[in-house]
Amino acid sequence: MNARIFFFVLVAGLMSLGIFQTVQRHVAFDIPWMPGETRTIWNIDAKINFNAHDNAIIASLTTPERQAGFTTISQNAASPGYGLSFLDDGLTPKAEWTIREAAGKQTLYYNIQVLEDPKSLDPQILEMPPLFDKEYSAAELAAGKTIIKDALKTSADAFSFARELLKQLNAETPNQNISLILTEKVSKTAILIALLNGADIHTKRIGALTLEDGRRRQHLQPLVEVFQEKEGVISSRLFDANTLESVNRDNLLLWDQSGKALLELTGGSDSRVSFSMIQQEQPALSALLQKSENEHLFNFSIHSLPVEDQSLFKGILMIPLGVLIVVMMRVLIGLKTSGTFMPVLIAMAFIQTSLITGLIGFILLVGIGLIIRSYLSHLNLLLVSRISTVIIMVILLIALFGVLSYKLGLTEGLKITFFPMIILSWTIERMSVLWEEEGAKEVFTQGGGSLLVAVLAYFAMSNDVTRHLMFNFIGLQFVVMSLVLLLGSYTGYRLLELRRFKPLADKE
Amino acid sequence: MFFASPFKLKSKGIMGMNQRNSGYIGRYNPRKLYPLVDNKLKTKIIAREANVTTPALLGVISIQAEVAGIEQYIKDTPGFVIKPAKGSGGKGILVITKVEKGRYYKPNGDEVSLDETKRHITDILAGLFSLGGSADVAVVEGLIQFDSAFDGFSFEGVPDVRVIVFKGFPVMAMMRLSTAVSDGKANLHQGAVGVGIDIATGAAINAVQFDKPVKYHPDTGKELALLQVPKWERLIYLASSCYEMSGMGYLGTDMVLDRDLGPMLLELNARPGLAIQIANGQGILPRLKLVESLGDDHNMSVEERIEFCKKHFSKK
Repeated sequence: MNARIFFFVLVAGLMSLGIFQTVQRHVAFDIPWMPGETRTIWNIDAKINFNAHDNAIIASLTTPERQAGFTTISQNAASPGYGLSFLDDGLTPKAEWTIREAAGKQTLYYNIQVLEDPKSLDPQILEMPPLFDKEYSAAELAAGKTIIKDALKTSADAFSFARELLKQLNAETPNQNISLILTEKVSKTAILIALLNGADIHTKRIGALTLEDGRRRQHLQPLVEVFQEKEGVISSRLFDANTLESVNRDNLLLWDQSGKALLELTGGSDSRVSFSMIQQEQPALSALLQKSENEHLFNFSIHSLPVEDQSLFKGILMIPLGVLIVVMMRVLIGLKTSGTFMPVLIAMAFIQTSLITGLIGFILLVGIGLIIRSYLSHLNLLLVSRISTVIIMVILLIALFGVLSYKLGLTEGLKITFFPMIILSWTIERMSVLWEEEGAKEVFTQGGGSLLVAVLAYFAMSNDVTRHLMFNFIGLQFVVMSLVLLLGSYTGYRLLELRRFKPLADKE
Repeated sequence: MFFASPFKLKSKGIMGMNQRNSGYIGRYNPRKLYPLVDNKLKTKIIAREANVTTPALLGVISIQAEVAGIEQYIKDTPGFVIKPAKGSGGKGILVITKVEKGRYYKPNGDEVSLDETKRHITDILAGLFSLGGSADVAVVEGLIQFDSAFDGFSFEGVPDVRVIVFKGFPVMAMMRLSTAVSDGKANLHQGAVGVGIDIATGAAINAVQFDKPVKYHPDTGKELALLQVPKWERLIYLASSCYEMSGMGYLGTDMVLDRDLGPMLLELNARPGLAIQIANGQGILPRLKLVESLGDDHNMSVEERIEFCKKHFSKK
């Protein structure tokens, strides 16, 4: 009984290991259950125009940092003649173009692909951005001080203070103090930052890009990030100086989080940065694979193999499924097949040839092979040379069919060469012996059984969903193994036995 | 309904293929003993040591050079059988029922020349009839003179009695009668008639062909219920002693009845089929379970085991 318990523990262990690995891969690496799932990738171009003045130029463009909702897949830049490097000082990633000498109008392109990725999160804020000394005078004015004082009274923390300021700035009928400040030739964003800074609240200016498919010549939308420290944890919130509504971060890519400038240019003037973007739907898996190139998450999976070997494994990893079908058909249904796993091999040939071509080709080859083989049996040959003769015969037949179908313009017929010849020869040999020993009926039962199982295995093995699942979730191999083990200990009736023993059951 | 309910089958104690394979053959038949059963010559040798009667062994031809000497074995016999030791499914068996002045005749009257006989033996040695084509030896046996008790019960073939011996207990028996459909062969799935035999008396219980009940032999029209195996005591004793002889726990023994020599063992089968249940109209599982419940140390002799089976497995 102990062996029994051990067996079920083993099966349960394998099964749960497989399921756990599968679910873990889905959750952790985000590999989709279905093959057709797509993910959105934004392909964004930044175009930089400026005038060069016949001297050395350094142009450095701030690029998007890690942030919630998006993952950078790749970046590149087109800029003839320029040296290019992607810099990341740990705070702000930058693309930097350099050239010894350039004159006239210059255009630089920077391209980035970002994946919409709900799993990506904002990095933790470790330190407050510094307060500025005196950049804008708004807060210095008496009006500004009054505004700050009013807002302080009606607020509790940095965020509510910022909201109070926004209320005043965006009031339909602004009060005197506000009107006074607004006359200055600065933007509301700058005023908001100045006022917050005046109240000793840490802020950062953010340049955000609204993502919309097919938009061109877009510019960054200025936002204000307000920081607040509570119980040692620094949190931040985004505000738009022109509206009271909170900032919706869907489709909003925070491009410039440097707090300084989007573009730093030395040696040129009249610079402009404009953005254009397109939305692409990519199969989720390839998107994830692109993402993982940076992350090395898949290192221990088949995805780390060269593509050519991967496609080989794609076929191999399907075999357990075919084997499972064979086991089910034999143990649960009781179908007779000629050669235990021959149906799996036939099914694999069907995958190469496509089902209908494969079926017709198989029946033709085996049929004609049987006729010729029946002649061979009159020669009383030894088994090895008989099978060898059948192999040569099968090759000749395949060549004949190939040429014939080509001449007739049926290119489908050429696929017949995909059949495994040794397997075909053994099939013919077995069927022939069976014919002599048990009669034609048994040949059709076993041949039909083999073909039926082969077709079922073909459907299981060629199905897009199963291919996707078996290839991407190695854990499923364990699940299949545990099922096969479980079937191996099944001692109940086979379906066809229910038919066979029916007269016995109906007795009395 | 097309299918029987599995619960109904279970309640009737009918054994399925999966259960036979894992619960009985896998558990009680040690793999290393298979050659004893699969090789007819080896079976014959162990049977002789165990005093189990088998058809007379006239000679064995194991190398090509001996083929020329075949005549010495067969010249003065009333008839003989040449079979491959490792043959399966009755392939390669040459039956000569009449020997007259150096001329040999098959049951249907065709003459077989000595040269043809030699070629047949050569084919056997080359492995033409053995599984996988491996080299084989030819066994020459004396012809079995069928007991007249079976006249009319069999059509052109050897009627034999299959007894399932489980751990030495003869649990179930049936008689296999060849028909025109089965082409003289005694395999039930080829159309032979299977007749369930009562363990205690050797009398017919029930008969089926192609898994369906029949009352009369399809070719001879003889009423099958009248079938009574003669010398049943001896037959069942021989069958039961095959357990000690072969060591196989779940064994199919094929017995034949010779007019003069009585019951003898024809061959053993390590993977006996399930059709015997249909022929008996009964499931075999309750009987197997009962024998299993005795445990391994009951120390019963062959006679005691037969008594036990007669008491528990008989219809009457």
